[in-house]
Amino acid sequence: MLAAHLPALQVVIPLLAAPLCALFRRGFIGWLIAVVANWLAFAASIGLLFRVMNEGVISYAMGGWAPPIGIEYRVDMINVFVLLVVSGVGAVIIPFARTGTAARFNDTDQAWFYTMYLLALTGLLGVTITGDAFNIFVFLEISSLASYVMIAMGRDRRALTAAYQYLIMGTVGATFIVIGIGLLWAMTGTLNMADLAQRIPEINHTRPVLAALAFLAVGISLKLALFPLHLWLPNAYAYAPAVASAFLAGTATKVAIYLFLRFFYTVFGGGEFFASTPIPAMFLALSIVAMFAASTVAVFQADVKRMFAYSSVAQVGFITLGISMVSDAGLTAAMVHLFNHAIMKAGIFMLLGAVMFRLGSVKLEDMAGIGRKMPFTMAGIVILGLGLIGTPGTSGFVSKWWIVLAALEKDQWWLVALILVASLITMIYVGRIVEVAYFREPSAKAVTLREAPLMMLIPAYVLVAATIYFGLDTEWSVGLAQRAAAALLAGTY
Amino acid sequence: MTVFLADLNYWVTIFLMIGGLYIIAAHGNMIKKLVGLSIFQTSVYLLFLSPGKVLGGTAPIIAPGFEVYSNPLPHVLILTAIVVGVATIALGLALVVRIHEAYGTIEDDEVQEMEAD
Repeated sequence: MLAAHLPALQVVIPLLAAPLCALFRRGFIGWLIAVVANWLAFAASIGLLFRVMNEGVISYAMGGWAPPIGIEYRVDMINVFVLLVVSGVGAVIIPFARTGTAARFNDTDQAWFYTMYLLALTGLLGVTITGDAFNIFVFLEISSLASYVMIAMGRDRRALTAAYQYLIMGTVGATFIVIGIGLLWAMTGTLNMADLAQRIPEINHTRPVLAALAFLAVGISLKLALFPLHLWLPNAYAYAPAVASAFLAGTATKVAIYLFLRFFYTVFGGGEFFASTPIPAMFLALSIVAMFAASTVAVFQADVKRMFAYSSVAQVGFITLGISMVSDAGLTAAMVHLFNHAIMKAGIFMLLGAVMFRLGSVKLEDMAGIGRKMPFTMAGIVILGLGLIGTPGTSGFVSKWWIVLAALEKDQWWLVALILVASLITMIYVGRIVEVAYFREPSAKAVTLREAPLMMLIPAYVLVAATIYFGLDTEWSVGLAQRAAAALLAGTY
Repeated sequence: MTVFLADLNYWVTIFLMIGGLYIIAAHGNMIKKLVGLSIFQTSVYLLFLSPGKVLGGTAPIIAPGFEVYSNPLPHVLILTAIVVGVATIALGLALVVRIHEAYGTIEDDEVQEMEAD
């Protein structure tokens, strides 16, 4: 009985929990509700994974209205993977949220913060699970509006302008997406994605459909922060509260990447059609520029949070590089890196949140010598940083391995060289932090520093452990990614 | 001229779309940017509503004597989109108020100058 309604529960649980937090107006109760709702959502994702493994694609008619007229929730290998990443990363972050949030905000603001967090979670899960194109737009806006509020709650006044900038660019992106959806609807008369996937391939050479393709490509690229449409990202991640940075860096761009794959592979008709458009070539070029330009800018940042925000742009470049190859290995690399990067980046932003909590700053100069004062926090950052570089034994290595494999498959040796050089630049900025934190005398601020509280360290270390675990045992992560990649290439839904 | 008039609503859509985007890009005043954003979103409402109109059709309420009805779907969709648009503009304006409190200005270039210090 309950299992049959899992697709609806996945979204409804956090959606109902959000106003509950707002009603109670107590920080602790709000946090408790958020933890329970988030963990239940994670349990629902796991339940859906088992159902998809056993039964194949799940089609759920929302409110009993049969698709394609009613709104359909459709779960297959591709989006169950993304659902797990989103709800799983959230489930680890939310216990961490209590300490920092309680120290900074009054009761009412804490409750609002958890309300916004749950709405952002609802939106991201909704975008991923729904099989209705217009529904995607609505959920996308729910998650975006909630993220703007969370970012604006950062302690620096620059958080306000960052949120405003993100609001303008995010809304333009979402509007581009809805224009694309509108053109597809005008051509086919349906909004159901499975239905669209059957009707679009016959007419995918017509001008309105190609216009829709262009609008969707630009709109989704804005949301996934593809270079040069990434300008909203660095400030938004740098000045948001730690919980928001960790959650958004781990999930928001990943959901946009899923959306891209869903539209361009499933709806427009498999890998063959995608390869015939100019998009893969553009993606290849922009991904390479992102890998180099964003990493290079990251090296020169004085603010460590901003440094890792730029690193996110570069890492998204690695994912889009995999997508641009339109091959089994390339898509596997993209899906695996989507998973691995979500874990690593969420972990890093959590640990930086712990540094911020104790030190009151994440400026590189202020972090001098804190390796001896906060050994566990810094060790975690170093391990996750090694993961970003792609050191063997971490999950980052698995991603890099697959992407190099995909490039070798096409005999693109130059690309392999570029990937390796880009990884070296990652090593420079991670190295800068190591040098400052371990080999310099503590600054005046850092002398009296204590290790971060366990409530912050334990959740972060879950992600550190996951980074190492998925670097050694790839059966689960790569296995799921391979099945998702095969489904994408075939265009089945 | 007749071609132009036959597709008048689409020409208006395109005009609003480009006009809105231009205002967002060209103006430094944060409220004016939001006005541009609102115009840009409005163009999408027209884009959805135009193909829903069936010539000679009446409002989609079943009644004796009427055979042809307009498509009701876009109206429902756009009602949702309007709500989303209102929420976005409201949040945007609230942020501008806070920015004015924190910086004392809502001009993009002046705020950027203050942030660079």
